[in-house]
Amino acid sequence: MHFEDTHRLVDRKVQPLGVMAKVLRRLHLDGPLLTGLLLIIGFGLFVLYSAVGKNLDLWVGQCVRLGVALLAMFVVAQIPPSLLRRWAPWGYVLGLGLLVMVLTGGEVGKGAQRWLDIGIRFQPSEIMKLAVPMMAAWFLHERSIPPKIGHLLILAVVIIVPTLLIARQPDLGTALLIAASGLIVILLAGISVRIIALLGLASIPGALVLWNFMKDYQRQRVLTLFNPDSDPLGAGYNIIQSKIAIGSGGLFGKGWTNGSQAQLEYLPEKNTDFIFAVMGEELGLLGLLALLALYLFVCARGLFIAMEGGDTFSRLLAGSISLTFFVYVFVNTAMVTGLIPVVGVPLPLVSFGGTSMVTLLAGFGILMSIQTHRKFLPH
Amino acid sequence: MSLLGSIKDHHAEKGLFVRRAILAGTIALTLLLIVIARLVQLQVVDYEHFAERSQGNLFRIEPLSPTRGLIFDRKGRVLAENLPVYQLELIPEQVADLDATLRGLAAENLVAEADIPQFLQLAKAGPRFKPVTLNFRLSEDQIANFAIKRPRFPGVDFQPRLVRHYPQGAVTAHAIGYVAAISTDDLARLNPSDYVGTTHTGKTGVEYSYEATLHGEPGFRQVVTNARGRQIPLAPGTGATSFAEKREPSPGENVHLTIDLDLQVTATEALAGRRGAVVAIDTRTGEILAFVSAPSFDPNQFPLGMSQTEYGELENNLDRPLFNRAVRGQYPPGSTIKPILSLAALETGATTNKRRMVCPGFFMLPGSTHRYRDWKPEGHGEVDLHEAIAQSCDVYFYRISSDIGIDAIHDYLTLFGLGSNTGIDIEGEKPGLVPSKAWKRQAFRRREDQVWFPGETVIASIGQGYMLATPTQLASAVATVAMRGKRVTPRMVRAVENPLTGIRTELPFRKLDDVVLRDPQHWEQVIAAMHDVMQGARGTARAAGARASYRMAGKSGTAQVFSVAQEEEYDEDEVDERLKDHALFVSFAPLDDPAIAVAVIVENGSSGSTFAAPIARAVMDKYLEDSQSAL
Repeated sequence: MHFEDTHRLVDRKVQPLGVMAKVLRRLHLDGPLLTGLLLIIGFGLFVLYSAVGKNLDLWVGQCVRLGVALLAMFVVAQIPPSLLRRWAPWGYVLGLGLLVMVLTGGEVGKGAQRWLDIGIRFQPSEIMKLAVPMMAAWFLHERSIPPKIGHLLILAVVIIVPTLLIARQPDLGTALLIAASGLIVILLAGISVRIIALLGLASIPGALVLWNFMKDYQRQRVLTLFNPDSDPLGAGYNIIQSKIAIGSGGLFGKGWTNGSQAQLEYLPEKNTDFIFAVMGEELGLLGLLALLALYLFVCARGLFIAMEGGDTFSRLLAGSISLTFFVYVFVNTAMVTGLIPVVGVPLPLVSFGGTSMVTLLAGFGILMSIQTHRKFLPH
Repeated sequence: MSLLGSIKDHHAEKGLFVRRAILAGTIALTLLLIVIARLVQLQVVDYEHFAERSQGNLFRIEPLSPTRGLIFDRKGRVLAENLPVYQLELIPEQVADLDATLRGLAAENLVAEADIPQFLQLAKAGPRFKPVTLNFRLSEDQIANFAIKRPRFPGVDFQPRLVRHYPQGAVTAHAIGYVAAISTDDLARLNPSDYVGTTHTGKTGVEYSYEATLHGEPGFRQVVTNARGRQIPLAPGTGATSFAEKREPSPGENVHLTIDLDLQVTATEALAGRRGAVVAIDTRTGEILAFVSAPSFDPNQFPLGMSQTEYGELENNLDRPLFNRAVRGQYPPGSTIKPILSLAALETGATTNKRRMVCPGFFMLPGSTHRYRDWKPEGHGEVDLHEAIAQSCDVYFYRISSDIGIDAIHDYLTLFGLGSNTGIDIEGEKPGLVPSKAWKRQAFRRREDQVWFPGETVIASIGQGYMLATPTQLASAVATVAMRGKRVTPRMVRAVENPLTGIRTELPFRKLDDVVLRDPQHWEQVIAAMHDVMQGARGTARAAGARASYRMAGKSGTAQVFSVAQEEEYDEDEVDERLKDHALFVSFAPLDDPAIAVAVIVENGSSGSTFAAPIARAVMDKYLEDSQSAL
């Protein structure tokens, strides 16, 4: 395998690098990934301006938060993967501790205990979005893949504990995403197809257990999914209005800031979880396809970086971050179009809000770190 | 760690990862394609459906109420119109301090202090953008005052609305009727889709009967609203306005009455504040020229709404101002039916024009000692039919009544429209009553009450007993006599007019079956006697017929309100005012070419000739003078 890498290095030396590429490498930034992300962010800000009803204060606030998040990405990109790997277990333990603190004395907001105020207010669950896949990747890096059964059980505990803690807050969306990010690591680690099938079967009783864990409003969301028209003004309202918004946008949309569903407040949560519907209404199918293409590009670039990764930790972590990002996109778009229940997952990089943005871009900072530190790592 | 690392097969691990990454990427791509397929389904396949539902969300249909048609008299003078009034409205969300604002308005006398708690409640109950009406009608002073003070009351403004107004007020109240707020009873009767934006509807008179003509058809417009129902103003040219549909309401048609306002005023003034009714009718067309019921009321109170106590005062007034005596007042017609009875007697051969009879002042049926008195206690001496009519000799008619028979009396009165609705085109008409043997069998439950007594025929011959007629019936009946049997349905409306096109549609008058006599000469004999009533040397109403430039005919009547016991003298001074006899008079003119017939009743007016006849004369004078000067 070292031959391969060496070959590449030789190849690259042969090709003269442009000034831009040199600067980017010096800054530990990945050009294609950065381009993809900035396009999504730009597109998102364009749509958000309409979604917040041309409220410039809100819009500028979002720009500031994006700047902070991009800065976080840049900082993380400077940290070599080896260092990240060594920090992984400590990060995980710290996150777990904070989650316990949230449940015992966190702040309540919108009926859920998610926030922790230690100087700055933040959600520890955001830390776990990165800490869980890092921990899993670290664990498997130290051992061998495909993982053995005993290792899988340990991994299961590593994933399930924070998932349950977050589900208790309750924050079902984040809990599921964190579980997904851990499971993706296991999947990428080459867990045998037989075990996946077994887990699939086990998920049926698991779903029943989960059902019992769910709060009434969460159950309602699931039930409403199957028949939104049963309660058109109550629980089904969001999905119905969202489908009307998207459907009525047609191929070309009603025009930017011209969506009646969004602008006249028929569409709920239009700045946050349902911003995809605003886009669908105002920019039409073509606008949505353009955005999805950008998401696909970012995800594909992330997977490419993962496959190029220098070690198992880098590969698993990069793969998990890229695919979890895709899961975000899928869950949000599928929820807004009424394919799956409304679980409260924002559209990544586009929805209004700061915390998740920082975590997301920090994740992409890890990807950039993996990509740009690789060749300098003596292995 | 280094030991573990040395065991690791790095190449194999990377290969495994790449395979898994490709698998995961494929799954991801599949999921993405599912989402895209869903988007295509929503935005392309079902686009029409969702576009329609989005429209349905967006637009709310707001009714536009039509403008009610105007009502004119026969000479084109406005009797009912729509005037703008200004009401004071407050929009809760635009008012910072609701309490202070309302108290400030009360201090300016713009709202009632006592109503403030109610307004506070209303302002808090409804949506904050929905106006609350603080004062339904601002006076001119209040408007002027508020116009100056308006900057002090942000969120408060006046709004115009149209309110029905009757410029002639009480003079035309019973003919035109009035509109008032739609009640639940009205809702059951009216087509809800026509009345979505309408607040008032006709309750009585022409306003009620011609409701369908006057009301018009509502229009609508689609207004853009947000999810909470607030109307969103959209700049023209923006996406949504181009969809918004609007249909203008078509206004109600104007109605032209047959009423002559001048005659209406004359009749009202002639009644001089007494209770009663005057109905004047064009003998040739059945057009009602004057239609007065007194006392009257101010119809302008109703469209604006009045308090329970205000309405109670009208409703419980002893003089019953809301009671439309002209079509709903059923009075014993008294001697006013004698011309028709004479025709019946001549036609049936019960008497001849030449036959003379002695009137001793009373009449007794064979084998009975009961005295049926004449109004003139000393009697009229020997009279023929002509004199019996002119002097209103009761005994003459008592004597021939049994020869005619109650059923023939019934049949002849019925031919002239008594005992059934005349078919006049305003609501609430009463049929009156013409008794017969058959009627009595039906009307009474107890067998002994169902028998027709000869004495009942006697008093029926002078329009007393069970017999009842409305002033409108009497006017129509005397018009038929004037026209020698030609009958038309009385009517109040002669034409309707589309206010937009100006196209005027004359309504055809409805001819009825003529009264055909065996001997047409009988008309002339009876009419000649009626002429003498007013202009003969011994006519009962010769005072009312004196000094006229035209020839006229008439017949007085007096209707007993309560019966005087036998052997008791009727002393006018002792009888309570409200128990005095009703005075009636029917007449027509000119004699040879009749144009107008008038029926007058003055409640408790005692004598038809003295109190009712001058009123009829005044109306005829006015009408004939006017038509003279018009020529």
